[in-house]
Amino acid sequence: MTRIISISGLSKTYASGFQALKDINLDIHRGEIFALLGPNGAGKTTLISIICGIVTPSQGTITVDGHDIVRDYRHTRGLIGLVPQELSTDMFETPWATVSFSRGLFGKARDPAVVERVLKDLSLWDKRDQRIMTLSGGMKRRVLIAKALAHEPKILFLDEPTAGVDVELRKEMWALVRGLREQGVTIILTTHYIEEAEEMADRVGVVSKGELIVVEDKARLMKKLGKKELTLHLASPLAAIPEALATRGLTLNGDGSRLVFTYDRQAERTGITALLSDLSAAGIRFTDLDTSESTLEDIFVGLVRSAP
Amino acid sequence: MNLAAVRAIYLFEMARWGRTLMQSVLSPVLSTSLYFVVFGAAIGRRISEIDGVPYGAFIVPGLIMLSVLTESISNGSFGIYFPRFTGTIYEVLSAPVSPLEIVLGYVGAAATKSIILGLIILATAALFVEVRVLHPFWMLSFLVLTAASFSLFGFLIGIWADGFERLQVIPMLVVTPLTFLGGTFYSLSMLPPFWQTVSMFNPIVYLVSGFRWSFYGVADVGIATSLAAIAGFFVLCLVVAWWIFRTGYRLKA
Ligand SMILES: Nc1ncnc2c1ncn2[C@@H]1O[C@H](COP(=O)(O)OP(=O)(O)OP(=O)(O)O)[C@@H](O)[C@H]1O
Ligand SMILES: [Mg+2]
Repeated sequence: MTRIISISGLSKTYASGFQALKDINLDIHRGEIFALLGPNGAGKTTLISIICGIVTPSQGTITVDGHDIVRDYRHTRGLIGLVPQELSTDMFETPWATVSFSRGLFGKARDPAVVERVLKDLSLWDKRDQRIMTLSGGMKRRVLIAKALAHEPKILFLDEPTAGVDVELRKEMWALVRGLREQGVTIILTTHYIEEAEEMADRVGVVSKGELIVVEDKARLMKKLGKKELTLHLASPLAAIPEALATRGLTLNGDGSRLVFTYDRQAERTGITALLSDLSAAGIRFTDLDTSESTLEDIFVGLVRSAP
Repeated sequence: MNLAAVRAIYLFEMARWGRTLMQSVLSPVLSTSLYFVVFGAAIGRRISEIDGVPYGAFIVPGLIMLSVLTESISNGSFGIYFPRFTGTIYEVLSAPVSPLEIVLGYVGAAATKSIILGLIILATAALFVEVRVLHPFWMLSFLVLTAASFSLFGFLIGIWADGFERLQVIPMLVVTPLTFLGGTFYSLSMLPPFWQTVSMFNPIVYLVSGFRWSFYGVADVGIATSLAAIAGFFVLCLVVAWWIFRTGYRLKA
């Protein structure tokens, strides 16, 4: 797997003195879909803006396709398309004009066929001659995507592409993103929706308070998701886990009134039956039981909460 | 050089202007006509000629300069302020374009508009009075140089401004008074000596004087001085623009 973006030692302190990013190190692989997760104000947009050249880094270096983003900005920016978080469009222009403008701005020769294809891919063809201000919010977002795709970028940044977008359009966007990936486009998207990261991403990075706290394969994260917990509410609290059950990997919670057993849902033998018979052999009675599974959401919330 | 980008910005800006073409053409035609009715007819009856040039004809170069100056500044500042205001500037900043290309696109379009405007005013004026252009080459050179310098100056204002009021402040408080006091409607020799000296510190005097010379061969100050003044101003604006892009001032966080 080759790297297409390499970020090392990146920090950003805004003029206000606020440090939005702290020593970020991250590689993005060619052709992958990478999801950046993080709560409001984590620094996702700042990170993207620096790579695209909109915000100047305070420290660190970034290379895109092996070229430094400051020294070789022409090369690196030419490869990148950006769909910003804010719906900033030329309200008085038409989709056709604004998409053609984007293509020219990125140094590509005029090519009405490409503009037409992009507009059609985003179901904007019928609206091509309407003023953008007469379009709905979802359509405006698609105009921004069309602009980002007008110069046929190799890397696409989507900053919260599905915020405020209805279910149907969200599905459409996911399909579009997959289609682009099939054409070899590397995609980096930010989102608040865990489900979106689960659905789309090959890898997930979690940003919190300016720090990149986890970067992991989605599959591996999903494995963690496969874990389930069985909680037994005991009739009488235990001071400690009895000797006979020591090997079962139990934890004692709630002042000794709850026993928690973690098991792999997908495993052939979960060990629940054996545990229950051991319990009755040890004379431990319980009044209730429940099971729960940890979601990416839990992992995410836990990570963000425990971050410094 | 990303010529496609320069072209894209330039054409985009020209297209925006084209949509309001009627306004853009009608209002200068109307205001020029009014100037001739008021100044030409009313004052011209009392001042028959200045430096051997009939008063109506004498004010034509100054009138053109007045409009070209204000229009250049407003076009130049609005062109860059508007995308900053709406947020669409993100695209220009993330595009593979150099500062020079951005300036060429925006300032080039702003200057083109005001040059066209200047020529429209000239044509309108010719309907009222007899206008001669003694040195057409220098006339055009002054026009282009002025339009370019002040569009660039406007561009800098558009980057500096952080609100629509600020956009108006410099043109209103500085440029318009200087233009009116810059010998647009009179010859400096008509002023008391003290005010003649003060006028020498008004850069617009050099512009109007040089421009008028290209029409009628009469000038308040030397033609070389005029050229040097406008060229110097242009270079100064270029340096400031270069500094802005180098530091990211008000463009990048
Ligand atoms: N221009 C700026 N000047 C000062 N501080 C800024 C600036 N832009 C962003 N910040 C601050 O930097 C932090 C990170 O902002 P950023 O927009 O990168 O967050 P985010 O992860 O994209 O959040 P969201 O999910 O809400 O979009 C925030 O605390 C924000 O207030
Ligand atoms: Mg953001």
